[in-house]
This record gives sequence, structure tokens and C-alpha cells, in this order.
Amino acid sequence: MNVALAKTTTGATLDGTFAAARGRLPGTGPVVETRQRAFDQFAVTGLPTRRVEEWKYTDLRRLLGDVAPLAGAPDQAALAEARKAVAALKDGDTQKLVLVDGVFAADLSSFSAGNGVTVHALSAVLADDTSAVRADLLLSTVNDPMLALNAAFATDGVIISVADGIDCATPLQIVHVTTKPNTAAFTRSLIRIGSKAKVTLVETFVATEAAKAYQVHDTTVMWVGDDADLQHVRVMEDAHDAASIASAIVTVGARAKFNTFSLTTGGGVSRYQSFITLAGENSELSTNSVHLLRGQQHGDCTFVIDHAKPGCLSRETFRAVLDDRAHSVFQGKISVHQIAQQTDGKMMSRALLLSDDAEIDNKPELEIFADDVQCGHGATVGALDDSLLFYLRARGLPEKEAESLLIQAFVGEALESIVNDDLRDVAIGAAERWLGTRV
Amino acid sequence: MPALLEVKNLQVRVEEREILHGLTLTVNAGEVHAIMGPNGSGKSTLSHVIAGKPGYEVTGGEILFKGEDLLEMEADERAAKGVFLAFQYPVEIPGVATMTFLRTALNAQRKARGESEFSTPDFLKKVREVAASLNIPQDMLRRGVNVGFSGGEKKRNEVLQMALFQPSLCILDEMDSGLDIDALRIASEGVNALRSSERAMVVITHYQRLLNYIVPDHVHVMSKGRVVKTGGKELALELEASGYAQYEDVAA
Ligand SMILES: Nc1ncnc2c1ncn2[C@@H]1O[C@H](COP(=O)(O)OP(=O)(O)O)[C@@H](O)[C@H]1O
Ligand SMILES: [Mg+2]
Repeated sequence: MNVALAKTTTGATLDGTFAAARGRLPGTGPVVETRQRAFDQFAVTGLPTRRVEEWKYTDLRRLLGDVAPLAGAPDQAALAEARKAVAALKDGDTQKLVLVDGVFAADLSSFSAGNGVTVHALSAVLADDTSAVRADLLLSTVNDPMLALNAAFATDGVIISVADGIDCATPLQIVHVTTKPNTAAFTRSLIRIGSKAKVTLVETFVATEAAKAYQVHDTTVMWVGDDADLQHVRVMEDAHDAASIASAIVTVGARAKFNTFSLTTGGGVSRYQSFITLAGENSELSTNSVHLLRGQQHGDCTFVIDHAKPGCLSRETFRAVLDDRAHSVFQGKISVHQIAQQTDGKMMSRALLLSDDAEIDNKPELEIFADDVQCGHGATVGALDDSLLFYLRARGLPEKEAESLLIQAFVGEALESIVNDDLRDVAIGAAERWLGTRV
Repeated sequence: MPALLEVKNLQVRVEEREILHGLTLTVNAGEVHAIMGPNGSGKSTLSHVIAGKPGYEVTGGEILFKGEDLLEMEADERAAKGVFLAFQYPVEIPGVATMTFLRTALNAQRKARGESEFSTPDFLKKVREVAASLNIPQDMLRRGVNVGFSGGEKKRNEVLQMALFQPSLCILDEMDSGLDIDALRIASEGVNALRSSERAMVVITHYQRLLNYIVPDHVHVMSKGRVVKTGGKELALELEASGYAQYEDVAA
């Protein structure tokens, strides 16, 4: 196939989609201009193919085909279904902010304002002609076609601001619910954590029964202030024929802590790409990502960590359990700026292959310009250990139970990284759902 | 009533090589049998085949357990029926807490037998009792299965499981290897406490020493994949004095 032709073809198809959607997208004036620039930027490559280095193992043109038409705003029936899906979540005590088919649903949310935490719907701020910063909400510090596409189409999201010194005891939770088949939702949320503030943020992705072959395009922009502490837990359980393309752009201040955990069991095609800049000295970053995939699922976990200031510590772990023909991608990049001395950055990928046809691609990258640093990466790939399996079976565990126990042990360490007991249980619950549906 | 365990003319191959060449052994409930023999004579192979470890090809003979064909069952079915192998080298399972493992295993066995699962308090009480009798500290139960355990602790953990599962056939493979005298005494006391008229033990060992602690009713000498001599407990002492060399020729 001719590449240039494919590019224009996709661009042209989407041009129509963008033109059709434009009337529905919130914002006027500078917002419209920013959207158009973002769309033009996207159109340069269209959906990235394997020829785009950062997307080498996740060829979206091949895996997605095209971008689905923009989902319509949810009607009462959709909201009622979404309400049930939210009620079914066993997330303990959280303050929920619910996005249904890409639109903030205040009625389904359980957020109580005050105590130094404010929440706005992105759509409202984009549409507010008196806001001087509204167009900036769509800008990214990262140049990536899918981030650009998200900026062009973003319909809604939440803007959360936590004031300095606030210890937010109850976790904040953004719940994405999809109710419609064959459409795409584009959401964008921005979270600013003030200095010395302490916050736990949960992101949950689910769908109702009716939702099939849908696409979720999400971006989360986070700022973690100096001496702040952000505990982030993301659980993605979208339908197995859905696509989920999500990005996080995180800026971490000085002496701050950012601990992020993500579990992916859903999505036929998924990518979670996280761009984290350690922009202040002596901060600590810990990322733990888990893929539990089967069937034909393709999951991509990409972390780009930028050590821009001295004395920061970063620990990245990735664990994948892959069955059937599932395919996992882990790309981990650690960049250390020249001034970022005493950087300590390590990443580790471990994959457990339950089938001969399962596949993992690891792409570690170190880019180091400082001389006094400790950086490293490692990767292991293996099957379940036969001698351990026999020991368990000799003690009475049937085959699947013995395997489950060893799989749980394999992902257990990553789950342990979740500090909040309730949220750890949420992640364990999602992992158990995956194990429970193994055949 | 059939014998508890009947191994008849068992022939076993591993990777195209015959290891057991027609082994016969009958064990009745209430009896303790010792199987002695030099390294490489096939003792562990026999224990693995009885427990149902994959990778062994049975080319002849049969194994009956309470009259049932054991070779037709998966390892976990055998465990639920009452077959227990205390491993020569118990494996370490990082990430699986000993307590979780014990409860999962016990309840899996009970479920397979159509019995109700143990309630958590009953289970904990039972484990604590047994652990205390074997000098197993509580914190060991919270750690990963055998992770960071000394050789002696691993063997005691095997005895703990035996006491918990109450199997009718216990096969102890080289329980004495790597144990000092104190550890050996504690583990042996644990085993002796389980001797009963409903239960049989097959104690596999290279050395006579263990049999001072666990006194057998019958002793079998194995060499090159066969039982070459059977006698009473005095046979073990004889072997201690004269060594295995005399049996090498018999088997050849
Ligand atoms: N998995 C295996 N693959 C190949 N040979 C084996 C295997 N297991 C045991 N053997 C061989 O079978 C023989 C008996 O071994 P084993 O049963 O371990 O003896 P013992 O326990 O009496 O020391 C030895 O010659 C050993 O090398
Ligand atoms: Mg042996």
C-alpha cells in the first residue's frame, strides 16, 4: 500500500468527521483555532503506523482502521444505564465524577464541593468566553498524533484543583462509562495538586452491556505541586472489542511523591501512554503497570520519564500475564537531563506467557546526559513454573486454581504498591474477575 | 478390604530411559514402610509417580490406592483421596502466603471430597495448634510458601501440611536430608504423632539414622529400579553395617 495515499485517505475521512463534529464541540474563538491546529497536526500522520517510531509496536492504522464517529451526548436512557454501571462499581468510599459517553454527568456524580477542592466541567470552561486560559486547556507539552486528535475532539472532562496543603482523605474518582456502540468519546481532564497537598485519584473505565466496538480517547493532565503526594490508581475494564487510547501528562514538582498504578484487563486495542516530567529536585516516582490480557487483545503501556532536575528517584515496573494470542507492549524511556545529577532511575518488565501464541515486546530506552546517575532496566519473560504447579497440585489444587494462585502471586507485588486498602481491593477485584473468567 | 497401596510390577520411563524395571510393593493401613537404597536407585521416581508428577511414562504395571487405579487420576485428585508426598526438595513460592496456600489447598481437597469448607476461625485455630506443636513460629506462616525458610523449616512445613490434611498415605522422601539432629527429632515427632491404624507411611531414606526416630515395620531395599530385598527393621541396621554394595550385583 502507498503510504502517502493511506495518510491522505485517513486524513480525508476524518476531515469529514471533524467537520461534522465541529458544531458539537464546546468553545469559540481561540478554542476553535486551537482545535483546528491540533487537527492539522494530527492530519500530518493520521492514525500512527508502525513507521512512527513511538508507535512501532502499536500500529493504530492497522489495529483501529479508523476513528469512529463522535458519540452523541447521552440521553436519559443512556444516563439511566450509566447510573447502574456506576452503582455496580465496588470502589469503597470515593468522590465520583462521572463522564458518560464523553460528557460530564453531574447527576451521576457524588462530589461535594469545598474543603479546598474545586471541580469544573471542561466543556463549561471551554465555552466560557470570559476565560482567558480556556484554549490553553487543550495544549500539550508533548508532540503526539493521538494527543493532538484528543485536543481537536475533546467534548468534556473534569478540571480538578486541590489547594495548597489540603489533605484530601476521600479519594477522587473519575469514572468513564460508555453506553453506545460504534462511536468514539474524547475526554480530557486536568488535575492540579497544590503544594503540600495529599490526594488519591482513581480513574475507572467501564461500559454498559449495549456498548460494543466503541473507542475511548482520553487525556489526563496532572500537576503535582512541591512537597505534594499524589497516589494514582487506574483500572481499565473496557469491552474486549473496544479501543482505549489514553495519555497522561504529568509534571511533578520538588520533593513530591507520585505513585501511579494501572491495571488493564479490557480493551481489544489499548494504549496507555504516560509522559512524566520530574520538574523539581528530590522527588520520588513509582509506576506499576499490569496487563492481564487474553484472546486477541493488544495492550500497550508506554512510559516516558523525564528527569529534568537533580536527585529524583524513579521506579517503573511492568507486569504482563498473557494468554491465548494476546500481545503486550512495554515501552519505557528514561531521559536524564545534563543537570539532573544523582538521578536514580530503574525499570523492570516481567511477562508471564500462559500460551505459546502470546507475545510481548519490550522496548527500554535510556537517554542520559548527566554523569553521576544510576539507571538501569531489565526484562524477563517466562511461563508458569512446572515444579511450582506440581507442588500445588500435589496439595490438592486443581489445574486452574493452581495456575490462578501463581498468577496472583506474579501480579501481587504490583498490587501491593497501592497504598489505599480499599483501592488495592478494587484492583485485586478486577484481577480476580479476569482470573475468574479464564477458561 | 484391599491394601491401602499396591504397586504391581511397575515399569517407568523418563525421557526414553527405563528407571523402574518392574517394582512391586504392598502397603497396608497402619504400617510404616521404609525404602532404602543408594542415590539414583529410583526412590524419588517411585514417590513422584505415586503422587502424579507429569513427565513420567508408565510402560507397565499398575498402582492401586484403596483398590482404585491411581494412574488414572490427576495429582490433585490423588491428594483429595488421601495421598500425600512430603517432598525431598520443597519448592519456594514467592507471593503466595503460607496461610493462604494452606487454606486454599485444604479447602480444595475438602471440596473435591464433597465436604464443606473450613470456616476461617476454625482453620486458623487448627493451623496455630499444629504449628505450635512443630515449633513453627507464626511469622513463618505469613511469609511466602517456603520463602527464606531454612532446610529444617521447609521439612517442618511439609509435616505441618501432613498434619493438617490428615492423608491416609504419607510418603516422606528423604525427610532427613539437610536436617541437624534437633530438627530431625522435631520433624520425626511430628510424623510419629500421625501414626495411626488408618494411616500408612512410606519413609524413603538413604541413611539408617532417620529410622532410629521413625521406626518402621518393614524395610525394603531398592537398587537400580527394583526392590531387591524386604525385611523387618533389623534390615536397616544390617545395611548400616554392610552398605549397599552387596545389592548392586543382585540388581545388575
Ligand atoms: N527427570 C529426569 N530426567 C532424566 N533422568 C532422571 C530424571 N529423574 C530421575 N532420573 C534418573 O533416574 C534415576 C533414579 O533417580 P531418582 O528416582 O531421583 O533416584 P533416588 O531418589 O533413589 O536417588 C537416576 O539415574 C536419575 O538420574
Ligand atoms: Mg531422591
